[in-house]
Amino acid sequence: MIERPETAVPSIAQRNLEGYVGFANLPNQVYRKSVKRGFEFTLMVVGESGLGKSTLINSLFLTDLYSKDYPGPSQRIKKTVQVEQSKVLIKEGGVQLTLTIVDTPGFGDAVDNSNCWQPVINYIDSKCEDFLNAESRVNRRSMPDNRVHCCLYFIAPSGHGLKPLDIEFMKRLHDKVNVIPLIAKADTLTPEECQLFKKQIMKEIQEHKIKIYEFPDTEDDEDNKLIRKIKEKMPLAVVGSNVVIEVNGKKVRGRQYPWGVAEVENGEHCDFTVLRNMLIRTHMQNLKDVTNNVHYENYRSKKLAAVTCNGVDNSKAKGQLTKSPLAQMEEERRDHVMKMKKMEAEMEQVFEMKVKEKRQKLKDSEAELERRHEQMKRNLEAQYKELEEKRRVFEAEKVNWEAQQKILEQQKLDASKTMEKNKKKGKIF
Amino acid sequence: MASSDVARQPDKNIRPLNLAGHVGFDSLPDQLVNKSIFQGFCFNILCIGETGIGKSTLMDTLFNTNFENFESSHFEPQVKLRAQTYDLHESNVRLRLTVVNTVGFGDQMNKQESYQPVVDYIDRQFESYLQEELKIKRSLHNYHDSRVHACLYFISPSGHSLKSLDLVTMKKLDSKVNIIPVIAKADTISKSELHKFKIKIMSELVSNGVQIYQFPIDDETVAKVNTSMNGHLPFAVVGSTEEVMLGNKMVKARQYPWGIVQVENESHCDFMKLREMLICVNMEDLREQTHTRHYELYRRCKLEEMGFKDTDPECKPVSLQETYEAKRQEFLLELQRREDEMRQMFVQRVKEKEAELKDAERELQSRFEQLKRLHADEKATLEDKKKALEDDQVSFSKRRAAAQLLQGQSLTANGKKDKDRKNSGFM
Repeated sequence: MIERPETAVPSIAQRNLEGYVGFANLPNQVYRKSVKRGFEFTLMVVGESGLGKSTLINSLFLTDLYSKDYPGPSQRIKKTVQVEQSKVLIKEGGVQLTLTIVDTPGFGDAVDNSNCWQPVINYIDSKCEDFLNAESRVNRRSMPDNRVHCCLYFIAPSGHGLKPLDIEFMKRLHDKVNVIPLIAKADTLTPEECQLFKKQIMKEIQEHKIKIYEFPDTEDDEDNKLIRKIKEKMPLAVVGSNVVIEVNGKKVRGRQYPWGVAEVENGEHCDFTVLRNMLIRTHMQNLKDVTNNVHYENYRSKKLAAVTCNGVDNSKAKGQLTKSPLAQMEEERRDHVMKMKKMEAEMEQVFEMKVKEKRQKLKDSEAELERRHEQMKRNLEAQYKELEEKRRVFEAEKVNWEAQQKILEQQKLDASKTMEKNKKKGKIF
Repeated sequence: MASSDVARQPDKNIRPLNLAGHVGFDSLPDQLVNKSIFQGFCFNILCIGETGIGKSTLMDTLFNTNFENFESSHFEPQVKLRAQTYDLHESNVRLRLTVVNTVGFGDQMNKQESYQPVVDYIDRQFESYLQEELKIKRSLHNYHDSRVHACLYFISPSGHSLKSLDLVTMKKLDSKVNIIPVIAKADTISKSELHKFKIKIMSELVSNGVQIYQFPIDDETVAKVNTSMNGHLPFAVVGSTEEVMLGNKMVKARQYPWGIVQVENESHCDFMKLREMLICVNMEDLREQTHTRHYELYRRCKLEEMGFKDTDPECKPVSLQETYEAKRQEFLLELQRREDEMRQMFVQRVKEKEAELKDAERELQSRFEQLKRLHADEKATLEDKKKALEDDQVSFSKRRAAAQLLQGQSLTANGKKDKDRKNSGFM
């Protein structure tokens, strides 16, 4: 027996430590274990061919992910939009990262690009489904995380605004994956053009209510200041290069033009460094967390709600989403039991009432019967009495008359006797 | 939890690549650590031991603070558990610690069911987590994890062997929680006795198949210290929050006439070892084991109990949705069946009652018929009598009329005769 209700939030007291305990070492333990486990990250790059996607990836990760043997998406265009992945293992400072790059050769390159986002959506959903199934198994072993953690969307540097395809794509994907829009080949824009372009893009993004990846605020004010600075630069304008050039005695990555070198890692030339720092050095973990806690949970709850609510209308379904499908069934069962009890009580009541009615009716009939029987009996008795009276009267009359007759008879007899006597006496001649 | 195990053997699909410079993802562990620090940590310890064995004192000593302690009596009718949660702070690390103590453990005369409340408590925490995990709209990353991460089992310092209660209890718990047995009040055992005691305890645990928590030795960084500590199990501990002046320092100790037992002196007891292993080195591993081993076992058993399988009878993999749908169908059918059953029962009762009432009605009807017949008979009799009377009356009337007629005739005749006579008399 537990002495506090467990569903309630526990009452929590503060305590100060009076000496060394040692759990300040927990972060180190976490660090150690995470290094041992290794890390995973899936990055998706989307954009028309020729926007420098492969070069940017190679620049970001300082490796030949895309090379002659492993050509980039622009070299692999087929008749329909494909979604393909390549996995690489890179190590740095004792940390192992399994990086999956997902690209979409053919995206936006056809004459008719309607629905070219569909394969992308399907891919993202299928990875979420894989994870959901792995997570829902009875026997869970390792759950490899192949969900797409971030989608870099490349915008062509037209300088004017977003294209309908850009808007359509971002609108359809912002609820499924962290979308980070980038201005590609930024070295074709002057700083002023770039500023205007960025402003225009952000305006359009807001107009269409597109939710691009947002940097979370931290507790640190310094960090928040940096974050605000980055936010002002969105969308980031990037330049990539695999070529190392010597500038002022320093070897830098850049693009050599007759009029100078556009340096990839120069903050005044482009936002590449900002992108790299943000994507890899500071917010990679957060991208994974947002994918797990927001996008995946969205997918999961939609998928499971469809199963359990089975076409029940949405207003009813809302309250049920806070339970597991099984708990929900339990509750439904309880409701049903109560409903049945109620129904049973009602039916019982109706039954009793009807029985009572019927019984009452019978009783009434019986009483009525008795009454009528009584009445008839009395009637008969009265008739009997009457008859008897009549009979008595009649008999009396008869007796009377008969007696009278007898007297008359006697008289007659006497009279005739006298006459006879007289006759004999000769009174009569 | 989106944890993953990268395959240690190189997957043929994964190309290893070399980096031409510093990319910067070596900060990933730091990013992860920063996130954990931001979220705060949580740890739940369960202490099982007889009343007065020193559970609360040891907790206070381990965490260098004063938890709310209740002195319990020996007369608890049942074993209970008391849990309290505290927010602790050390350097930049916030720890939400829940300490669960048994109350009345080992006090009852019949201790057969003593382990049950403990098992129930542990299972309840697992259940709570499982329910959250199965919800449609869930927030696991915000969830306050109440699952028991470590169980300190306090062994009485008898110096001989484990009690049967100890073995029974630990056997019931070893697949549900990380058990760390400790010898309590170790200042009552001498060094040589202690050595023998530890060996006895460990061999009894092995021979009874009790699986206690082993400090992990797969990570090179800590393998050495963990291996050596594994050899000192079970830790013989002494707890004290009282301080005694020793030399020029105040130390945590217990003062006896024959000497001062220093809690933090490694030659006096294993307290420091316990603190190092439990908190400094392996706290995260204890949490991980609880989640990946004990919780998974509970979850698997629970789901199987509820009829979930990973493959259907034809051994094809079944997705969660399919299982849910099937269950839901089954469930709805059952509800329907129950409803039908109840209706059936009512229909039956109504039928029976109707038959009953019909019988009563028929009876009444036949009674009615009977009375009617009786009445008819009586009426008939009456009619007959009436008829008889009438006939008599009629015949009497006739007689009378006839007699009268006769009388009238004779009277007239007599009168005539008399008249004649009278008349003839005069001639």
